Amino acid sequence: MKDFARLFTKLDQTTRTSEKTSALTEFFREAPEADRLWAVALFSGRRPKRAVTTTLLREWAAERAGIPLWLFEESYPIVGDLAETIALILPSPAAPEDRELAEWIGVVKGLAEKEAEDRKHAVLEAWDHLEPTERFLFNKLITGGFRIGISRKLMTRALAEATGVDEAAMALRLMGKWQPEDTSWDQLTAEEDASEDDSRPYPFCLASPLEAEAASLGDPADWLAEWKWDGIRGQLILRGGTHHLWSRGEELITDRFPEFARTPDFLPPGTVLDGEILAWKDGSPLPFAQLQPRIGRKTVPKKLLTEAPVRMLAYDLLEHEGADIRALPLSERRARLESLLSGLPEDAAVMPSPLLDETDWPALAARRESARELRSEGLMLKHRDSAYRDGRKRGDWWKWKLDPLSVDAVMIYAQQGHGRRANLFTDFTFAVKDGNGLVPFTKAYSGLTDAEFDEITRWVKRNTQQRFGPVRQVTPELVFEIAFEGIQESARHKSGIALRFPRMARWRRDKPVDEIDTLDGLKSLLAAYG
Amino acid sequence: MADPVLSFTERGIYCPAADVYIDPWRPVPRALITHAHSDHARPGHGAYLATPVTAAMICHRLGVEVETQPYGEPRRIGGATISFHPAGHVPGSAQVRVEVGGEVWVVSGDYKLENDGLSEPFEPVRCHAFITECTFGLPVFRWQPQAEIAAEINAWWRANREAGRASLLGAYSLGKAQRLISMLDPEIGPILTHGAVEGSNAVLREIGAFDRETVPVTPDYDRKAHPAPMVIAPPSAFGTSWARKFGPAQTGFASGWMRLRGVRRRRGVQRGFVISDHADWPALLRAIKDTGAENIYPTHGYVDIFAQYLRSEGYAATPVPTEFGGDEDATEQSGDAA
Repeated sequence: MKDFARLFTKLDQTTRTSEKTSALTEFFREAPEADRLWAVALFSGRRPKRAVTTTLLREWAAERAGIPLWLFEESYPIVGDLAETIALILPSPAAPEDRELAEWIGVVKGLAEKEAEDRKHAVLEAWDHLEPTERFLFNKLITGGFRIGISRKLMTRALAEATGVDEAAMALRLMGKWQPEDTSWDQLTAEEDASEDDSRPYPFCLASPLEAEAASLGDPADWLAEWKWDGIRGQLILRGGTHHLWSRGEELITDRFPEFARTPDFLPPGTVLDGEILAWKDGSPLPFAQLQPRIGRKTVPKKLLTEAPVRMLAYDLLEHEGADIRALPLSERRARLESLLSGLPEDAAVMPSPLLDETDWPALAARRESARELRSEGLMLKHRDSAYRDGRKRGDWWKWKLDPLSVDAVMIYAQQGHGRRANLFTDFTFAVKDGNGLVPFTKAYSGLTDAEFDEITRWVKRNTQQRFGPVRQVTPELVFEIAFEGIQESARHKSGIALRFPRMARWRRDKPVDEIDTLDGLKSLLAAYG
Repeated sequence: MADPVLSFTERGIYCPAADVYIDPWRPVPRALITHAHSDHARPGHGAYLATPVTAAMICHRLGVEVETQPYGEPRRIGGATISFHPAGHVPGSAQVRVEVGGEVWVVSGDYKLENDGLSEPFEPVRCHAFITECTFGLPVFRWQPQAEIAAEINAWWRANREAGRASLLGAYSLGKAQRLISMLDPEIGPILTHGAVEGSNAVLREIGAFDRETVPVTPDYDRKAHPAPMVIAPPSAFGTSWARKFGPAQTGFASGWMRLRGVRRRRGVQRGFVISDHADWPALLRAIKDTGAENIYPTHGYVDIFAQYLRSEGYAATPVPTEFGGDEDATEQSGDAA
């Protein structure tokens, strides 16, 4: 664990990609094999199943530290991270011990089978053997969420450097459902791809936001334009007589969407589609809010299946007749996609995402303006000769989103952020006018600079009217322009509406509170775009 | 009922019997100053009283005249007896003991218990009521011994030197800077100082409170003459053209706040060294216990949480709002003295 803690510390102390890569490369060359494998697993989002609730962890940590639980709870938001709070609050380890990362992971995995009392004993004992940084990592193993500034790309590069395997090939091998328990370092890094994982997806190709004028992209004939859908991006994989569905977050979500169970009847094995999963009814997409309840559910109740049936609007073909065709030009992949999907029955739940047939930029721009009518977020522009690359490489694929909707609103509650933003007030609740009163309608966390958050934090402290735990009610005075992508009806919110991707577009220092927007204004947006 | 020994006013802590304020934040006729940091020693008061070292620093910073009063010597002011006692925060820093009619109150100012080898070590003072800072009044704040941090800083410096890089270490110019300099191993290389730090160095040297040699960074500074140095500067000097004259460099910051990863990341420094001139959680609790006081007034820091904890431990604890530490992280936000 000391090796791994040292690696973590090195990664944490630099923002330079080159230094991070070399720290990782060194670790991948020198650490014990099982530790290397686990490091790859952890940095690619694989982790032991959570066996202890965070509530229990808090209680045990407070007890071990000899402080009341409420004091732990007060400290947590100030530190901003649970694993770190525990690591800091515990007394120094009584008996530091250097065991390998893999061994500690064994401890974490073993927790699941233990009786409650033994579980507690095992965790307390581990804390007693670990230095603060190791403890922090150990806690992260239990609580999950190993986000420590290591992008997939960076890790892939370091792995490629450490092993000599080509970077793109390495990226592919890191995909899929392998686990450190069923894979060896050699299997993962051998010269020949040794994977037998039929479900393995390809790394997703990502688009960049188009900030320049579309006309700067040159001849529109070089570009294919599609709607940018607001659903779940996924890869549908047909291999070996069965199908698998992966989300963009690399989660295997096959069982959540039984609609695709029949795809092997319609599509040949050796087919991989990239597309958008949308709740779909009567020839058009339903609001994202109706897809949402299906995302979290491992099994889908019948009612939900009838209310919000899904389908995939496929926009790319990555594997055809068992061959990886990602290097072919998009126009060719698209032609094969269309012929593959043509004539599929309605209940196949897969259809090609239509291409737009406008041939000049002004016409495309006009079409884009109508995106909201289709519950689309705008257009995708993809170069007709582009390969399907792994990750984000600027230039080939652009998202040309609609300008967001916006309203001016006043901040009424503020709460401190987490992690890097702990101790800063960054999480705000906003209200619009409703008659003579104010009605809260959304929260937002992002969009301002660090300097602005700093200034607002100082303001919040001076203008707190009341505290509700970590939440402060502030004088309704600061006005912000809230931008958002969509607006929907919502029974869960007092205002009756819910926004999609709300954020602070601007701090309107120029605008007095009595000039903010009204609930009626929001309702008319709802009527127009909901 | 008689006036309390000390009361909390909008200008600061006030002693009616002596008609003086302690570290007031608005101009007052007579002020007792615990130490020379700018949030405690403000300009504009009619008269100042402080320890000799603090007086020298205030004089340097504010250009005002300061009457001095050595540690431990009682002075009668009006109906009160007042004395200064070492607070261990920075050289010259004091707790203020105020006795009126047999009742003793102590204002801690800022303090730490660990002997830093530079400041006069903290002395516990028995009292009935203790007004204590609690900048780091949460159980997550615990410091390592100074020697361990010194080893970390020197190892960092050495590694940077081997890589041909300067080490830019950010620290508050009075107190923390001199403490860090005294922790550095002069064998490793040259120690350079920013003008703000050197100003404090000079004052403290003159009165015999500091004896380390440093090289002030002057406008005609020549990088080749001092390769891969240690540079001690206020953090505000980072990211400016001044900081670029040292060539390739690593930045570090020395503060109790560096204990928190979120703060380290927000500060964007490469290395955080957890070292503070304020008491950590165990030290706060010990200091309070050692006063024997039953009435505790936490101020400047996580006052509400800290007071609640003290009450659960059987003290009568009342949080006191202040303008220099109006809230838990005021010090961290303004970014220096901790």
